[in-house]
Amino acid sequence: MGALSPAGRARVATVWLGGCSGCHMSLLDLDERLLELAPRLDLVYSPLVDAKLFPEDVEVALVEGAVCSEAHVELARRVRARSRLVVALGDCAVTGNVSALRNALGGALPVLERAYLDPGNLQPQLPAAPGLLPRLLDRVLPLHQLVPVDLFLPGCPPHADAIHAVLLDVLAGRRPALQGKVRFG
Amino acid sequence: MTVRTLTLDGEPVSAREDETILDLCREHGVPLPTLCHLEGLSAVGACRLCLVEVKGSPRLQPACTLRAEEGMEITTSSDRLRRYRRQLVELLLAERSHVCAVCVANGRCELQEVAAAVGVDHVRYPYRHPVTALDASHPRFVLDQGRCILCTRCVRVCDEIEGAHTWDVAGRGAGARVVSDLASPWGRSDSCTACGKCVQVCPTGALFEQLQPAGGGVKRREFLTFRTRAREQGPWGR
Amino acid sequence: MNAEGLQELAEREGARRGALRHRVSVCSAAGCLSLGAGRTREALTRAVADAGLGGEVEVHGTGCLGLCHAGPLVQVASRQPDGQVDRCLYERVDAARAARLVRQHLQGGAPLAEGRVPLDDPFFARQHKVVLQGSGDSDPERIESCLAAGAYQALLHALTRLRPADVVAEITASGLRGRGGGGYPAGLKWSTVQKAAGPRKVVICNADEGDPGAFMDRSVLEGDPHRVLEGMAIAGYAVGADQGYVYVRGEHPLALTRLRTALEQAERLQLLGHRILGTGFDFRVDLRIGAGAYVCGEETALLASVEGRRGTPRPRPPYPAVSGLWGLPTLINNVETLANVPTVIRDGGRRFAELGTAGSRGTKVFALAGQIARTGLIEVPMGTPLREIVFDIGGGIPGGKAFKAAQTGGPSGGCIPAQHLDLPVDYESLIQVGSFMGSGGLIVMDESACMVDLAAFYMEFCRDESCGQCVPCRAGTAQMHALLQKLTHLEATEADLAQLEELAGLLQATSLCGLGQGAPNPVISTLRHFRGEYLAHVRERRCPAGVCRPAAPGAEPSAAAARGGAAPGAEAAS
Repeated sequence: MGALSPAGRARVATVWLGGCSGCHMSLLDLDERLLELAPRLDLVYSPLVDAKLFPEDVEVALVEGAVCSEAHVELARRVRARSRLVVALGDCAVTGNVSALRNALGGALPVLERAYLDPGNLQPQLPAAPGLLPRLLDRVLPLHQLVPVDLFLPGCPPHADAIHAVLLDVLAGRRPALQGKVRFG
Repeated sequence: MTVRTLTLDGEPVSAREDETILDLCREHGVPLPTLCHLEGLSAVGACRLCLVEVKGSPRLQPACTLRAEEGMEITTSSDRLRRYRRQLVELLLAERSHVCAVCVANGRCELQEVAAAVGVDHVRYPYRHPVTALDASHPRFVLDQGRCILCTRCVRVCDEIEGAHTWDVAGRGAGARVVSDLASPWGRSDSCTACGKCVQVCPTGALFEQLQPAGGGVKRREFLTFRTRAREQGPWGR
Repeated sequence: MNAEGLQELAEREGARRGALRHRVSVCSAAGCLSLGAGRTREALTRAVADAGLGGEVEVHGTGCLGLCHAGPLVQVASRQPDGQVDRCLYERVDAARAARLVRQHLQGGAPLAEGRVPLDDPFFARQHKVVLQGSGDSDPERIESCLAAGAYQALLHALTRLRPADVVAEITASGLRGRGGGGYPAGLKWSTVQKAAGPRKVVICNADEGDPGAFMDRSVLEGDPHRVLEGMAIAGYAVGADQGYVYVRGEHPLALTRLRTALEQAERLQLLGHRILGTGFDFRVDLRIGAGAYVCGEETALLASVEGRRGTPRPRPPYPAVSGLWGLPTLINNVETLANVPTVIRDGGRRFAELGTAGSRGTKVFALAGQIARTGLIEVPMGTPLREIVFDIGGGIPGGKAFKAAQTGGPSGGCIPAQHLDLPVDYESLIQVGSFMGSGGLIVMDESACMVDLAAFYMEFCRDESCGQCVPCRAGTAQMHALLQKLTHLEATEADLAQLEELAGLLQATSLCGLGQGAPNPVISTLRHFRGEYLAHVRERRCPAGVCRPAAPGAEPSAAAARGGAAPGAEAAS
């Protein structure tokens, strides 16, 4: 195992792409087990910690959510380049799930129109702030359709026990075996 | 009635002449995934998940339609068969709109179970995301084409058990879909008796009862076992 | 009508013909009709009447004369004083040429130089006509004309001289194999049906020809329907069936009309129906019209369609020979197979087997299409080298371009590249190079064709024609087509190519019927012979033939592919 911090702890990151953050809630559902894990890992990047940039040399990155915007594309590629093990965490990352429901509408514009123009606001307008708001992709992708993924942990959300098992395996330097233990939904 | 002996994954087994390889697998506890097959309905061999290897035959055969023959040597699981099953399930999941999180059948869906059983934890094929129709015109039931895997259980149960033949399949290829009567809205169907058998046999959330919450409701299929037993053994209602 | 009646009718027609000086046959197959053969025939008839030649000249329609690219075709058979018959063939006969033809050739006795096709050309000299014997000579709309050419003589021979088992033995001895694609030995199939137990038996003629570019069976039905009906009746006698069905595509209206006419005429003369030719044999033939689903050419789907259900295949066994139409033992043969039967019975199986190669006896009809000088209908002995078919008979590649490949076997077939031009065309040789005989469509491609694009075309065909019943075919062809589309848009990666090959293996191994099992064949065969072309699309983002281009901007490819997947519900509107 290479990516250890000076204190000998694994450098772990969690990433939030296009998802509802339910997978992160499930991570928090580890409850008291978090306390057991805490001394063994460094959470170097996560919506739960204050880190602005995805760091170098990460041992394992748990990625929640589908790839929905150009910002997601950029972040996902950086995560892949800087992490040894990329885990697709939850159905949105694995299948696109709810985030990808909009794909049937055919592109980003019809989606925006459906959300901002169709409801009949008094001043209907599409949100536009170039450089500030990332552009939506025409098609939402599961993570592995953009970058190689090492491990899939489906579930909406994945059960805390499954996340726990994965983290324990990773910390012990084992390749997690999930077959038969997880399912979609 | 003659009895045949054959081997199932190397184990010698005996079979009545009317028994299929799938019957034998069920009898001997050999796990074999199925989706289109349902005990009590005719077998069509359409989902291809129960394909098995028959020694000496160049083609794989669906266990659900394959009759036991004397001396057959059947293999139900091999690297190749396991790979094919995973691929088939991936194709199904990528085909329409199978979003477990928002599905009424979540947790009791046969496609979901089969996917887990054959080891599909992600789908390598691009999701096709077709635009699909939803028919909510019936006062009690709903049809969501997006969740349909075209197993045709509903078609068969309506024809073979209820005798109404409300359902059939229209269109070709990826555009194939189940339709009621002559592709008119279900709620306007003259032949539908609203018995709900189609809903009970649907393996996914394609057919469901109105106002059912996600993950709610259990499929009630006793009528099928009752009918099958009655047809096989003669006396009714015992 | 009995045997004597049949002889008498044939002789009377022969005598009537003998009294004519010229017999003018106007090709009335669909190809020539679409080029105006109807007007040509009218012009000829009028000119003959105006010239007062009505007594010595007969103008009639006939079946396909072969040179479909040069229609309307007209053949003139002239009786010489010494009793010999001289034949002249004219191409592109419009009304003006028709008038000159009557004036100069029929009246003046000097054949026209313009538009005359030399009959010693390899196109004719290298062909050998068995199935197409009557096409181009008899009038398919007059049974008398066909009787004079020997129609129903083989049936008479079978009914009066042979026992059913003898008929099956002759077919077996002939080595005739199914011409619909699979090449299953006809004798074996016949004897299976003959031996199968059932209260009744059925003979079905599969005329659901639907391969892109194929028109062999349609042409046979248009040009010589009685040959097929006679073959069916002989088959019925051999296997013990009293009912036959011809399953014809609704898209072949002319074939259907000619068949209807032929059926009526044959029934009127007691050549079909009850107590055929005064014997104790009953055999009734009915038509069933298909609605144009390609899959209905698959025999179990065809059976479902004849039974009035949705045309979808079912797993075999049981095979139709044992349990077919309504569970009855059923003999299903293709049009061309049945059209060979009268010749086998007339000449004997052994004589028939002299033609062709060891594993593939007899002849094969091919529909030449694509980048070839003479698109048309030909019949050659099995084992004729591909080079001879393409260059000697077909006239080679137009425009000075180079031959690249020939596609046989339709959507389940494959390509034969230039290095195999000397391949003898028979069942085994084609399979060896990764192709397939199929029903006889032969599409020639020159150097300007892109093989990836070709594979995408056939995959699109299979995707659209999949019955939608089994998962690998329904969902797999859609995925394979999307991958091929990525290739033709020059967007595919090596991973896509690997996935394409993986899916090809899945479809071949797991699809329910031949359509799905064969759907990957064009991909596999083009990959086998033209992998470099695929790699150029992937690694260099370049189409060597210059056919494929990036998708038009605006049409986001992946979304377009998703919409292309024929959304359920979308079809109701179309």
